[in-house]
Parts: sequence; structure tokens; C-alpha cells
Amino acid sequence: MSIYKEVILDHYHHPHNRGSLEGADATSSVANSTCGDKIKMSLVISQDTIQDIKFEGKGCAISISSASLLTDHVKGMSVNDVKGLSADDITMLLGIELSPNRMKCALLPLSALREALAQLKEKL
Amino acid sequence: MINVTKDFPLLQQQDVTYLDSAATSLTPQHVLDAMDDYYTQYGVNIHRGLNTMSEKASAEYEDTRNVVADFINAPAPREIIFTRNATEGVNLIAHSFAREILDAGDNIVTTILEHHANFVPWQQACMQTGAELKVIDVTDDTDLDIYDENGSISLDDIVTDKTWLMAVQYVSNVLGTVQPLKEIVAAARKINPKIIVLVDAAQAVPHMTVNVQDLDCDFLVFSAHKMCGPTGVGVLWGKAELLENMPPYMTGGDMIEEVYLHKTTFADIPHRFEAGTPDIAGVIGLKAAVTYLNSIGLEDIHSHEVELGTYAEAELQKAFGGNISIMGSTSRQPRVGIVAFTLKGCHPHDISAILDEEGVAVRAGHHCAMPLHTRFNGDATTRISPYIYNTKKDVDIFVKALQTAYSMLCPSTKK
Repeated sequence: MSIYKEVILDHYHHPHNRGSLEGADATSSVANSTCGDKIKMSLVISQDTIQDIKFEGKGCAISISSASLLTDHVKGMSVNDVKGLSADDITMLLGIELSPNRMKCALLPLSALREALAQLKEKL
Repeated sequence: MINVTKDFPLLQQQDVTYLDSAATSLTPQHVLDAMDDYYTQYGVNIHRGLNTMSEKASAEYEDTRNVVADFINAPAPREIIFTRNATEGVNLIAHSFAREILDAGDNIVTTILEHHANFVPWQQACMQTGAELKVIDVTDDTDLDIYDENGSISLDDIVTDKTWLMAVQYVSNVLGTVQPLKEIVAAARKINPKIIVLVDAAQAVPHMTVNVQDLDCDFLVFSAHKMCGPTGVGVLWGKAELLENMPPYMTGGDMIEEVYLHKTTFADIPHRFEAGTPDIAGVIGLKAAVTYLNSIGLEDIHSHEVELGTYAEAELQKAFGGNISIMGSTSRQPRVGIVAFTLKGCHPHDISAILDEEGVAVRAGHHCAMPLHTRFNGDATTRISPYIYNTKKDVDIFVKALQTAYSMLCPSTKK
């Protein structure tokens, strides 16, 4: 069965939360070394909750749709809950089974999100 | 054109259009039989047993040196050293030799076209010794930037009397371009007669006649698994007078002459560089691979691939016009069958994944040549690399599958 389901292609062609946030509390940028793709995240956080989140970057359908779905998912979540997100959660959000190589694409946005939260911790 | 598809069991058993032979070629039955014979008839260790099976194994293993030496026109079989792969051949020179000799005032010349295998070892050797790494750039047309106004090759601004080694490829694994190697070596030797030239021929040996004496190089490396042989075996060829003066890379069994408590004398070449039990079956498989390629003929192999590459380019242009960009297509150099491209609006990972779903195997990414991709904006590319078992029908299946991918990934720009 194709991994390119309609929902994936939909989020790829019309990603949610694309852009950057002014006055972000945390930002990050991570790259996938096998293809040079990059994802940047910016977050606004108050009362330990993610109030807003946006992403920028270029990537394949899997990494972009993962970023789109993930940013939707974590809006309103507590920082602690976000830190607990795993690869399984990403698979569930995408609703597809991925090979280990494509899993790297799918996990790129989560790495960017974790990186941003790690920086936040340094700031506090 | 060549028609040998029936020789490859994988193509009989799998419903796949395999176009990733620059990564690894498929294995013909002839090679599988040779390795199977070893394991089932005489699968014991070499060089030590005084029994018939061991003698047979040793003879087959050693005879591979003769066959490989003939294949690349090396002057002597003892100049053939079996490694794990081309990468190990480069590292053997970099570790055994370069790091002992290199000084801070020396330099090593390489090119931005290199596979990481012939780039990173030199970069690291320079970092450790303080020597300078000089990297020949490419022009926007992907030619090595070595031509003067008259179109002649000149290394005047690159090679100096302090250039200890030049590490250069024969054929680009991304562009498929065949470098004017003989002329490059001559230009380098004109400036510095003592320069050592190492050639990465991993993408040349499977596809065209390679003649180390005609090239006038000092070392040449390649891998069996890109030329119908098994994985796990490679070849380092080196001039005897250089190899004889090189310290061993690894020490242990099989590479010694005599061992005392506080002293060891080493075996002569080539065994000095083959410590431990080697991949005997793999080396025997390599011999069968060379025999197989010779039975088809390297010239026929080369023209078969060039025809497929040219056909693929034409079909891609026909199908995608201005939306497809083929790397290396504006080069002045001749090319083998490799075609790497970007397709507007389509990420190579998505292309290769959708092609895979359509039963077509290609490669996406930087193809172990990140410096080259960085030179051209850093975008990953999709690559097809046909070989002897591919046909024009395979190219047609690929182009059709690519059209499917394109309409999925770029629905708004459907033609």
C-alpha cells in the first residue's frame, strides 16, 4: 500500500503552521544529513503550554506533512507532554508504516521541536 | 545491444526494474556458482593447509590476482592487493603511507567531484599532519576547472613541487562523466615528476576498459560489488616499487615472515597487506565476475550503457521538458550511463519512494558526494544507473513511473 495517502499529500501541498513566529520563546533548526533537508521551528510558550508554533523549511512529502501534523498536534499541549512524544506518536499522526530510512524524514520535525525545547530549558 | 538479463537470478525472482547499479550491481549465476563451489567443494582456509582442498583454495585465490592484473593491465599480479572495498584501498594508502610521510609543508590535491571514499581519508590525513588539502573545483557545466583559455588542461595553479599525492576519480558516480584522466596525470607529472597519483576507479572498472599503465597512475582502487562481483571484496593496485616500501596497514596472521617475542619480519607484497583470513569466497567470486565481464566484452558493455543513458535523457526531456534538470548534461566530457536529475517541485526521497512502490529501484540523496551537491545548491538528486542487464524497456518503465510520481507530487502542474 502506498505511503502517499491523500492526507499526507494534502498536508504536503497545503501545510499547516508554516512560517515563523515573531518574539518566539524558542527556535531551532535541524537537518537531515542524507538529503540536506532542513526544518526550523519557532514556539511561543506561556504557563508551560505551547501557545503557538510554526515551522519553516524544505523537505520531502513525509517530513513536511509530519511537521504540519505535529505542529497541529502540539498546540495547546504542556511542555512536559511534548517532551514525552516518541517516534510511535509520529507514526500514529501520519497513519502510515515507514521504513527506517523514511522514518528519519518523519522524525525531523520532532527533532527540531525537541531541540527548541532543550534551548528553552537553557534559558530558564 | 547486450541481452544477459537471464543470467541474473534476482531479476528472474523479483518483479523489479533495477536502476541502481552504481550503488551495487546484481550478481550473475556464474559468480554465485563459483562461490557456491568454493563453499561446497573446497571451502577451507588458504596458504597454510597442506591438503588438497586448501591447495585448491589457495590456487583459486591467487589466480584471481592474475585475472585482475590482466583485466587492468597491471605489470605484475603481486601488485594486486585484495581489500574489503575501494574505500579500504584508499584508507590503506592514507594510513599506511600518507600519515607517515606527509609534512605540514606538503599538499594533497583532490577534486570536488570525489565520492566521500576518496575525499574524507585525504581531508583527515591533512588535518592530522598539517598538510594542505587542495580541492579542484568544477565549472557550472560540471567540468573540472582545469582548462586554460585554449581548452588545454593545465594544473599550474594547483599542483606544486610540494604536492605529495593527487587523489582523483576516473568516472563520477553522480554525473557519470569520464574524466580526462590520462591528460590530468600527464599535466600533474609535468609540474611534479615525483607526484603520486591515486585513482578511484570504482565507477570505471565495471563499465569500460581500464589500463593502469596507459593512465600512468601509481595506485588504483575499485570494488567487486559494482562489477557483478560479491560485496566485501575490493582491489588496490599499486606500483611494486611503492608497495614494497610501504609499512603494513594491519598486522597479524598471514602477513608475516617470522615472529619472535620482540620482533616480527613481514611478508613480501602482496601478502604484507592482507592480514588475517581474507574473504576467500569473495575473491573467487571476483575472479568469476571478471571472467563474466570479459566474456561479454568491456567495449560492448560500455556502448550498451551509453546507449541506455542517452535514451533515458532523451525520454526524460520528452516527458518533462523544462521541469527536469540533468546534472552533467552540459559537460564537455563523455559519460557512462548514469543520469542524475532534479524534477521541479518533487523531492528525490518522494520520487524514489513512489518509484519503489511502482517496482523501480533508483537512488536518492547526495550519493556520497556531498561537496559536489553543496557546490550546486545542496539539493539532493535522484539517480538512475543502468548496467548490462537493463534494457530500453526498463527505461520506459522508469519514465512512466516517474510520471506517476510527478502527478502525485505536483498535481497543479500536471501536463
